[in-house]
Parts: sequence; structure tokens; C-alpha cells
Amino acid sequence: MKQEYTITVYTEDRVGMVGRLANIFSRRKINIEYLNTAPSEVQGIHRFTIVIVETHEAVQKLVRQIEKQVDVLKAYFHTEEEIIWQEMGMYKVPSESITEKVKVERLLHEYGARAIAIRKDYIVFEATGHKEEIDRLVKFFEPYGLIEFVRGARVAIIKKSSGFHEKVKEFERKQPAENFEINTIPVDQSVFSL
Amino acid sequence: MSLEVQETETKKEAAAETRNVTGSEAILEIFLKEGVEVLFGYPGGAIMPLYDVLYHYNDPLRHILVRHEQCSVHAAQGYATVSGKTGVVLATSGPGATNLVTGLADAMIDSTPIVCLTGQVFAPLLGTDAFQETDIINITSPITKWSYQITDAEEIPAVLSKAFYIARSGRPGPVLIDITKNAQVQKFDFAYEKCDHIRSYRPKPVVRKEYVEEAAKLINSAQKPLVVFGQGVILGNAEEEFKKFIEKGDLPAAWTVLGLSALHSDHPLNVGMLGMHGNYAPNVLTNECDVLIAVGMRFDDRVTGRLDKYAKQAKVIHLDIDPAEIDKNVKADVPVWGDCKETLPMLTQLIEERKHSEWLQQFEELAKQEDEICIRKELYPETEILSMGEVIRIMNDITGGDAVIVTDVGQHQMVACRYAKFTKSKSNVTSGGLGTMGFGLPAAIGAKLGAPEREVIAVVGDGGIQMTIQELGTIMQNQIGVKILVLNNHYLGMVRQWQELFMERRYSFTDIESPDFVKLADSYNIPGARVETRDNLKAELEKMLNHKGSYLLEVKVGRENNVFPMVPQGCSVSEIRLS
Repeated sequence: MKQEYTITVYTEDRVGMVGRLANIFSRRKINIEYLNTAPSEVQGIHRFTIVIVETHEAVQKLVRQIEKQVDVLKAYFHTEEEIIWQEMGMYKVPSESITEKVKVERLLHEYGARAIAIRKDYIVFEATGHKEEIDRLVKFFEPYGLIEFVRGARVAIIKKSSGFHEKVKEFERKQPAENFEINTIPVDQSVFSL
Repeated sequence: MSLEVQETETKKEAAAETRNVTGSEAILEIFLKEGVEVLFGYPGGAIMPLYDVLYHYNDPLRHILVRHEQCSVHAAQGYATVSGKTGVVLATSGPGATNLVTGLADAMIDSTPIVCLTGQVFAPLLGTDAFQETDIINITSPITKWSYQITDAEEIPAVLSKAFYIARSGRPGPVLIDITKNAQVQKFDFAYEKCDHIRSYRPKPVVRKEYVEEAAKLINSAQKPLVVFGQGVILGNAEEEFKKFIEKGDLPAAWTVLGLSALHSDHPLNVGMLGMHGNYAPNVLTNECDVLIAVGMRFDDRVTGRLDKYAKQAKVIHLDIDPAEIDKNVKADVPVWGDCKETLPMLTQLIEERKHSEWLQQFEELAKQEDEICIRKELYPETEILSMGEVIRIMNDITGGDAVIVTDVGQHQMVACRYAKFTKSKSNVTSGGLGTMGFGLPAAIGAKLGAPEREVIAVVGDGGIQMTIQELGTIMQNQIGVKILVLNNHYLGMVRQWQELFMERRYSFTDIESPDFVKLADSYNIPGARVETRDNLKAELEKMLNHKGSYLLEVKVGRENNVFPMVPQGCSVSEIRLS
């Protein structure tokens, strides 16, 4: 059964990483729903968050192919239940219609939105939440002449993760510890327990 | 709290000795330190500074000027396969680099250790569509194990040491390093240290003992075990370990095309070739065995036939160095990831000494059927028409199985793999995964350079040889003593066979005319002969093999002979046809 999986990849900060990773998906004709890439908490290491809709079997094979890349330190995949995730939306709406017709306070309160720029002719709101919440606000703004909308790619915190600092130190050792394995299959899918 | 973690590999202290040299000099010094002896390449604008320095290095480093860049990779592949060393390729930017693509794809899918260096336009010109600029890093991204673009000479030592380490460690593969022209001429303080660790890369996974134990238990309980092995045994230098393993367990062992030569052809437990044109017994009995032990092979579709009917009754043990291969095509009940050089002895220690006489008897019986229905006809044809099989049989008689056999792709490849005898490992060079026509001739050049003391025979078809026939020039100029055996059926034989069997004999563009190969070879100063009848076949083969230096022998074989047995596409391995 296909469902949404969030793939987390830690890579070296190298030119061309996005392309190398994207190739792994595109050659199998798998569409990437969301892609976020940014420096991680560890200097020199980037963290990718990739969301796809696939079967468990397919995503497991993909993650092994990702981990096979020389510049990839580690890759994980999780279902929605195993992560805390957020998306972000920014909405540019005409000041006039929104201030005249909407109780902005209510909007901010009910949708958890924030006004981050207020100009004479437009206001930019920002909201974070799950996809449905971001979409709900789009629907809300549409009648008032939504000028522009942008959605930020999903970011996710892995519930069972204990961070990457210690992991990197293990990677730096030439001889991996007895119980240390990489490039292997998460037996029970729990993170960092390999 | 400091979040900084130093990347050790790039920040190594410079070794004691530093010298101020150009990027090009540094590259060639690194080649020497990495034990490179032969380079295959073709010069051009963007790689000229390197070639200029190479002029002074032509003594320790032998450069072979090929006639097309694709062939430089194939030659490097032949060199790497027989020698176990890393093949090195030089090419220029633009068309020089794009011509490498087929070779790189071939090396990637067949796990051949290759380091390719391509020239690139000056760094400030990148992205301007400069003359002979092409984005070779991105073009080759899916077909390289690793790639990197050097724009500053300071990067050369660290990047090249990584390139060699990555190419030959773990599951080997091709690495491409693109180097801009400015970096080749730039002077810098050069020091070199070999790379033996990259934090984001583990060449082999840690062996998990519990799985080895689990595997041994399964093997000990098996009544009908079958071992299927591939190139992993050869790449891991684990031929001896493998032999001990199968001998202790009395395990019949069948090989993939790339696993060929890892086990002596006449070993009593060698039950033959797997897959589409493999032997009858191992294919049929794949679907009868109770434990299938895969060693260093990747369950290619040409090996498995229809996957949903492949060894469904069997418990599968999969030994592989590449964890991504586990469960990729065939689900493993027991994954034994790791280098088989390590895992095989561990397994051997844990398995019981067993005899499987009845089970082995089944292989013999099926082999007898195959022999009666197809092998005898192929090796000892009753008609006047020459068969490819009999040519290979006589060749075996003369070489005693000691030669390196390099094949191209097609019918002759399957026949050669089926019937050529091997007594030594690393003796079979072929394009297995990619099926690259034109591979044979250039790969044979590399193989001869990788094993100069050995007889190297390129067995090629009339179609394939014409794809890279310009390499006769390379053979001539460098006096490379390869023997070229052209099995000419005046067809693109394998495609024609499919057209005959599955497309009602519509021979759509498979009838191919050839030049006079003997005359052509002669114009390259390569002596040769043609055989059209059986009476002088043996004598001509002997003449070729006794000849010092290169030689071309063309044998006119039956036009519409087919390769059997055959697992038709979409069929299960047990539905293999004998005729």
C-alpha cells in the first residue's frame, strides 16, 4: 500500500548532492512531493527532508540506494506517525479587502497565523502547520483576493532520534564499533538503533 | 556547546615532503604513487597541459592512445578485470568526455574499478557554453560511483586519493574527476597521502555474526542446497574461500556470466551457467532447491527470468558486500552482508561436512539431457556448417583453458561463456550487465596489457567488432599481441534469433554486411586468415595461437544457428527450452 514517507538524509556539504539524490528518484519515475535541504546542526553536514508517496518496500530500496552514495552519511525513512512535522505557508493579500471585511484578530487567533509584513497595499501572513491547515488558510484567503501564496517544504523531527553529533563521531572512526553498522537495514525501523 | 565536527579526511596534516609543482605534475606523481602503470586515453584541448607533462613521464607510465574515448574505458575495464588493479582513463572535455559515457555505464553496472580524468574548460568559463564545454559531472552522475570537479590545483591530492580509494574499495566502480584547465597549470605545494577512510563511506558493512550463524543453520538443514555465485567472488579475491565452502558442504555451484572463471570449469561441483542461455540443470533445479545461497551476485533479470516464479520454494541466503543488493530483486531470508572474503570462511567453519549425492545426481541427469539434445550438436555438428561451439571447443583443446577470453555481446558471447574452459580466475572479460556491443576488441587490448604473459583471445561477432573496429589501429601502433577470433554469421545473430523465435522470422535490419576482415587487418599490419570449412579449422586456430603478436582469424559460421538452451523472456527459469 502506498503512503506518505518522509526520508531524512544527512550528507556532506558538496556541490551536486541535490542532483545525485534526485537522480535516484527520477530514474525510478518517483515524484518528489517535498524537498527541503539546509545545513544541519552539525557543521559541514546537510540535512535533506524528502517526502514521497510509495510502498514500504519501494521506499526501503530507495533509502538503501541513497545511503550507497559516497557522500551520504545516513538516510532514514519514516511514516507520519514516527515524526513531528510542519509545513509553512506565506500568504500575500490586499490590505484593503482584508482589513475591511475580516476580523484580522480572529484570523490570527483561529488559524494561528501571523502578520509578518504590513504595507499600505498588501499584508503578508505566515502560518505553520500540517498540510490541511496550510490549505485551509489558502481557501480562507481566496475570496479576499489572495495575491500570492508559497508553501515551504516539509521539515520533520524524528521522534526517536537522539541527534546526529554522536553519530558523526562514530562515522569519523576508521574502525566502526562492534555494534555500529551503517548501510544496513533498520531491523525494526527504529532510528539509530542499528 | 560546540557543534563543530572536523572533517578529518580533508584536513590531514601535509606529509613531510612538499614540492612546488603544477596540477598536471601532481596528477602524474599521484598516478605513480597509486601504482598506475598504464593509461588509456586520447588528448584534446582541455587536457593538453596534462598531456604536455605526460611527455616526460612516458617511461614509468605507459600511455595507450586509443582511437575513440569509449574504447579507453573498455580497455581500462579489460585491464582492471584481469589484473585486479584500477584502470585509468584520460580524455578531454566536451566530446571526449561524452564519448566515455557508454564505457562508464558498463563499468558501473559491472562494478569495474576505473578512474577517469577528463579535462574541462577554464574555471571562469564554466557555464558559458565555452568551446568543448559539457556538464560531464551531471551527465555521468547516475553511472559513476563518485565524481568531482576540480577547479583549484590545491584540491588535486585529496580528491585523487579519494578517487582511487573509492574506485577500488567495497563494491568497485567508476569514478570521474573533471579538472579544469587552469587547475592543470596552476602551481601549488604538493604533498600526498593515500586515502583509507572517508567518513560518509563504508566500503563494506560490518558482518553480523547472528546472520552468519542463521545461514549456517539453514545450510546444515538443507537437503537440496544450490549455490549461485557472481563476480563478487572474484572482486573479493575469495576464490579459494569459495572453493573450500562448497567442498565442505558438497554444494553444487552455478555461476553468472561475470562469476565465470572464479571456479575451475572442471570442478565436480561446478554445475554450469545460470540464466537465459545458461545450463539446463541449474536453471531447472533453481526451482527445486530448498536453500538457495547467492554469493556476490545481484539477481539480474537475465539470471532470474520471471521473478515471481523464481525459487519460490527455497529459503534464500544472500551474501553481498553491497547492502542495497539485499532484497532488491529477490527477498533474502538470511542477508549476510559483508565481504565474502570474510563471510565465506565464517560460514565454512560453521557448516557441517555433508554429501548430497542424490541431489548432485539430479544435476548430472539433467546435464546428460542437455548434452544429448543441444550441447553435442553444438560442439560436434553433424552438418557441414560450422558452429560457434566447435570453434570454442577446439580453442579449449589448444589453450587447455589457460587463456583469457574476452567476449563482445551476442550469440558468440553466450556460446563462449557456455563452452570456454577456465582453469584460472580473472580470465573471463565480458560486458555482462550493460551488454555493450563493441566491448570485446578494446577490452582485449586492456586485458593483454593487464596480463602480458597470458594468451588473450577476443572472441567477437561480425556486428560487435564493427562498432569499435578502429581499435585495430591501437593494436597496430602499440603492438598488442591479442588474438582476434571473429565468428562471422553475417547477421546480428542474437537479435535475429529472437526475430526467428518470437517475431515470425521478420529479420528486421539484422542482416549485416562486413568488410573483408582479413584484408582490413592486413592494412593495419595485423596478419590473419579466414576459415570456411571444418578441415582447416583446427590448423588455422593453432596457427593463430602459435603466432607471436596480434592475429585475426575470421571463421564463417552457420548463418541461422541458434543459442540453446534458452529461457524465453517472461518465462520462469524452469521453463527453459532445450531447442
